[in-house]
Amino acid sequence: MTTISSASTAFSGDDPRNRLFGPVPDVAGERGYGEDHPPRVGFFTDTSVCIGCKACEVACKEWNTLPMDDAEGNRAQLGLTGASYDNTGMLGANSWRHVAFVEQSRAVDLPMPTVGAPGSAGGQRPLADPPVVHPGVPASSTTAEQSAPQQTTSGDREIRWLMSSDVCKHCTHAACLDVCPTGSLFRTEFGSVVVQEDICNGCGYCVPACPYGVIDQRQDDGRVFKCTLCYDRLTDGLQPACASACPTESIQFGDLDELRARADARLAALQEKGVEGARLYGHDEDDGVGGAGAFFLLLDEPEVYGLPPDPVVTTRDLPSMWRHVAAGAALVVGVVASAFAGRRR
Amino acid sequence: MTAAEGVPGAAWRRADGPPAQDRERRRRSGGRPPRPGESVVGEAEFTSYYGRPVIKPPVWKTPDVPLYLFLGGAAGTSALLGTMAELTGRPALARAAHLTAGGGALTSVGFLIHDLGRPARFLNMLRVFKPTSPLSVGSWVLAPFSALTTATAGAHLLGRFPRLRLLTGLGAAALGGPMTTYTAALLADTAVPSWHEAHRELPFAFAGSAMAAGGGIAVACSPAEEAGPARQVAVTGALVELAAMHRIEHGHGLVSEPYRTGRAGRLLRAARACTVTGTALTLAAGRRRVPALLGGALLAAGSAVTRFGVFDAGLASARDPKYTVEPQRARAAERDAAAAGAPS
Ligand code: SF4
Ligand code: SF4
Ligand code: SF4
Repeated sequence: MTTISSASTAFSGDDPRNRLFGPVPDVAGERGYGEDHPPRVGFFTDTSVCIGCKACEVACKEWNTLPMDDAEGNRAQLGLTGASYDNTGMLGANSWRHVAFVEQSRAVDLPMPTVGAPGSAGGQRPLADPPVVHPGVPASSTTAEQSAPQQTTSGDREIRWLMSSDVCKHCTHAACLDVCPTGSLFRTEFGSVVVQEDICNGCGYCVPACPYGVIDQRQDDGRVFKCTLCYDRLTDGLQPACASACPTESIQFGDLDELRARADARLAALQEKGVEGARLYGHDEDDGVGGAGAFFLLLDEPEVYGLPPDPVVTTRDLPSMWRHVAAGAALVVGVVASAFAGRRR
Repeated sequence: MTAAEGVPGAAWRRADGPPAQDRERRRRSGGRPPRPGESVVGEAEFTSYYGRPVIKPPVWKTPDVPLYLFLGGAAGTSALLGTMAELTGRPALARAAHLTAGGGALTSVGFLIHDLGRPARFLNMLRVFKPTSPLSVGSWVLAPFSALTTATAGAHLLGRFPRLRLLTGLGAAALGGPMTTYTAALLADTAVPSWHEAHRELPFAFAGSAMAAGGGIAVACSPAEEAGPARQVAVTGALVELAAMHRIEHGHGLVSEPYRTGRAGRLLRAARACTVTGTALTLAAGRRRVPALLGGALLAAGSAVTRFGVFDAGLASARDPKYTVEPQRARAAERDAAAAGAPS
């Protein structure tokens, strides 16, 4: 294996195209891993089947021995947020999986209410028709085959729950990695992005650089922490802890190419069943981060789940920034020089 | 992102009770009507996850980081001034400027180290050189710069080694320009909306601010008969700073708003008052000592407060999800519209 650089290949001249932006077919190879590196892996998180059990959060906390904190990242604090069942609050240094809970309602046009005979449906909890999957397949066989299991009606309202397990996106163009001045953040042979905790000096640059607000500094420690895509488990041939713990296969781990194909199929199936708002998030290689290693099937706009609708890796504009920085510096030199040049003592 | 299928949102609204809805309503009615030309796309549809920020606000501390920005800039200009003064036979100005540069650079490094989560690992900054990281580039500028300016200042204090002093002074001056502006890339190369969007103007704002500060301090600390060039640098810098900050405060629609409102707005208004008064005093002072001193001090203060204001505006724009979501929504909508308009 050749030397692995934590520096971006940008400006090094190795790869003239898509150094800071755009699709990168072999993200590990681009960083200097040899031909024999494993294929890029990632997550496809299908939120349409997530039941909000938080098994992934717990599994991640246990496997990585993450400390306790409240929804604002305060260590050793208990806190209730009042935000549905979500007391984790956000991804952070101590929560590398975060299950979002969104309760939604909308008015539905129902036929005029009829006064039913006693014993009819009146007064009972109204149940939606169980989702029809394929003709002949019982709807409840697996959640993965259902289209909208978390939706029902209540009076004149339709209500639904959106649940989504968020995680580091392991971006193709990872801003956190690009801006890290110590080389603590690096690209693994699996294409994931990992912090080397023995090198991080807690400069905090990666924290506001991430367009998804994933990585954060741990209080009382000073260094930053985030999902490692279970680098330790991957090197031992195991699945990430969160994916193994997920009971509904909402979190699917695997080779990214395969996951992308699977996601396309799942989206097509949902759309065929008329599920409104289903869309893939982060799987497009032409998006602002060159495609995410962890992507999602969402049922509403990304910002409803706390995700940015159109994230762009900040280093895309770095060449322009450096040009303006150079121009500004030249201006200072010019002004100072001319202030002296124009006069005699 | 794949285009949304069906009706976007499909009339779903968050149903977690009146408190959230009231919060949302208050937030909306509190906003001012949009200015002409300002993007309003997505305003009606704006929604967030319980009002939480989308990105993580910087964990950098105040006053460490704003002072690090200010002192680095002032030191950069001072190193240039000092060496030019040395070369053109202005010993008092050279001494004052080089002492400022040395002191400013060292304190700036001190604040940078103090801000680290693991200060003992500061030297890891010099473990790699990464052009994609403004902090890496900055560390490689700051480290030799502070060594050279400290040596130059030391030689001034000792009153010895004139040859060496000239050499270290020349080295420091070569790094002085980059010292004044790399911090602009440091702030702009983040996902913080109000910093990133201003990435073309911030280097000029910081360049002007650094000249106003370095020039102002030199004017205040050196005799009037030698301070002429410093006066010119200070006034030019102040004008550049005012012009660039004006563009930052007004040129970027929604993400310019944090520069005008709240604490950042108050700080930046105070900074402008300092800079304008300082400029006027410096111009009017002539050879009178007291107004020159006051004018120089005001210019430096204006520069410092500008850094605090810019820093604060960035934090404010990171904390409110609307500054992240709405411009991105508008951008996506524009792209979709362009794609729909293009013949397929
Ligand atoms: S999501 Fe954020 S923390 Fe994760 S790889 Fe991308 S930029 Fe880095
Ligand atoms: S906090 Fe650590 S990982 Fe993040 S940019 Fe700084 S050194 Fe790199
Ligand atoms: S991949 Fe591992 S580290 Fe990342 S969220 Fe899952 S369990 Fe946690």
